[in-house]
Amino acid sequence: MATDIIIHDKKDNVGVVVIEKITPKQDCKCWIMENDSSASIQSIDEIPLGHKIAMVDLKEGDTILKYGHDIGKVVKAIKKGEHVHVHNVKTKKW
Amino acid sequence: MEIPKSFLGYKRENGRAGTRNHVIILPVDDISNACAEAVANNIKGTIALPHSYGRLQFGADLDLHFRTMIGTGSNPNVAAVIVIGIEPKWTKKIVDGIAKTGKPVEGFHIERTGDIGTVMKASKKAQEFSQWASEKQREECPMSDLWISVKCGESDTTSGLASNPTVGNLMEKLEPLGVHLCFGETSELTGAENVCAARGATKEASEKFMKTWNDYNDFILKEATNDLSESQPTAGNIAGGLTTIEEKAFGNFQKIGNLKFIDVLEPAEEPAKGPGLYFMDTSSAAAECITLQAAGGFNIHLFPTGQGNIVGNPIEPVVKLTANPLTAKSMSEHVDCDVSKILSREMNLSEAGDKLIETTLRVANGRLTCAEALGHKEFVMTKLYRSA
Repeated sequence: MATDIIIHDKKDNVGVVVIEKITPKQDCKCWIMENDSSASIQSIDEIPLGHKIAMVDLKEGDTILKYGHDIGKVVKAIKKGEHVHVHNVKTKKW
Repeated sequence: MEIPKSFLGYKRENGRAGTRNHVIILPVDDISNACAEAVANNIKGTIALPHSYGRLQFGADLDLHFRTMIGTGSNPNVAAVIVIGIEPKWTKKIVDGIAKTGKPVEGFHIERTGDIGTVMKASKKAQEFSQWASEKQREECPMSDLWISVKCGESDTTSGLASNPTVGNLMEKLEPLGVHLCFGETSELTGAENVCAARGATKEASEKFMKTWNDYNDFILKEATNDLSESQPTAGNIAGGLTTIEEKAFGNFQKIGNLKFIDVLEPAEEPAKGPGLYFMDTSSAAAECITLQAAGGFNIHLFPTGQGNIVGNPIEPVVKLTANPLTAKSMSEHVDCDVSKILSREMNLSEAGDKLIETTLRVANGRLTCAEALGHKEFVMTKLYRSA
């Protein structure tokens, strides 16, 4: 039952770490809330609790989807398993 | 869980019910704070609500000042009120506004008397009010006497994943019982504004929301010197994993569950369309938002936090919940309801919602919140623009 990563919506391309941290090359269990399904991913970076991991490769200009919605744009290419945060994603507002 | 049908509250003269029984000493303006605090210091069982404004304001800003003052005094968590201002006219205006509830209220102005004489006169009346209020007993009140406001703070991704949806689950369960509900935070719905507008119960409610949000956004675009990324999300939000305002907004929005809002309220405006969910145009700063919601008549507040916001309010008890296991552990004295087991999947959302209902009712019945026990009573007026 326990999970390492929670994904809100099946359309999302990022998941949220829900254990204290995940370490590089960790095989992580993922739970997709929307349809109660499971997935897995291997991490590249160390990622702390509450921070996001890329579930797919993302290129500059791509849209990040969370809750099934647009939450910003990729400003630096991100590999599947890498940490997604302010260093590679920016708001589309303001 | 079977939801209780009643709680123990203080019945008020106007038919509302309070979860608390405060006697407040309300200064009209900044320079009357000293008097108000002296009276509260003299008379046990009273609290002063000092603040920074009330002079030379005009137009919509002055209207909001009066609405906040009168609304605070009129809140059913307040048994009786002493109003102290420098001048008689504005003092009387606030006294007259509060008196419409039928509760005991008396005003004092300082000009031509001075602080010491005013403190003496006001203290005598405050003693009378405090002893009168101390005899009030809690009585059984229907759940529909609960007016619940919500606001999240120091949010992180655990807020959107778990603690905000827990509040949404509570709303879905309590709305059918005729409870009044209120969410706000105009700025922090940025990015989710269209999704939020679509939750209006009527076309008018949706349009009113979009107008409110557009007015706010126009103001930001006019005043902003940078892209606001330094302020929204906050440093605490970013530390907790939130990357953009859009992400924060969609997390924030989870607090209303699947409900629709029936109307959009001005800051500190009392709802007038009966039970159900309202959106209030508020700041997203915690103390400002709760102060406005309390002035709108809400008598208990639910506050989900991620990284650990510690805010309280002098008249409206603030119930804190968190789903962040680190916050629940490292700041346990601030957490009324720990729902961190959602993240480890040891608790589902419905169980968390039930746990929050249970905590909310215990607080409604009189249990002190963490913020009350720790002495948090942040009373922060919202000011719209420069004074005259």
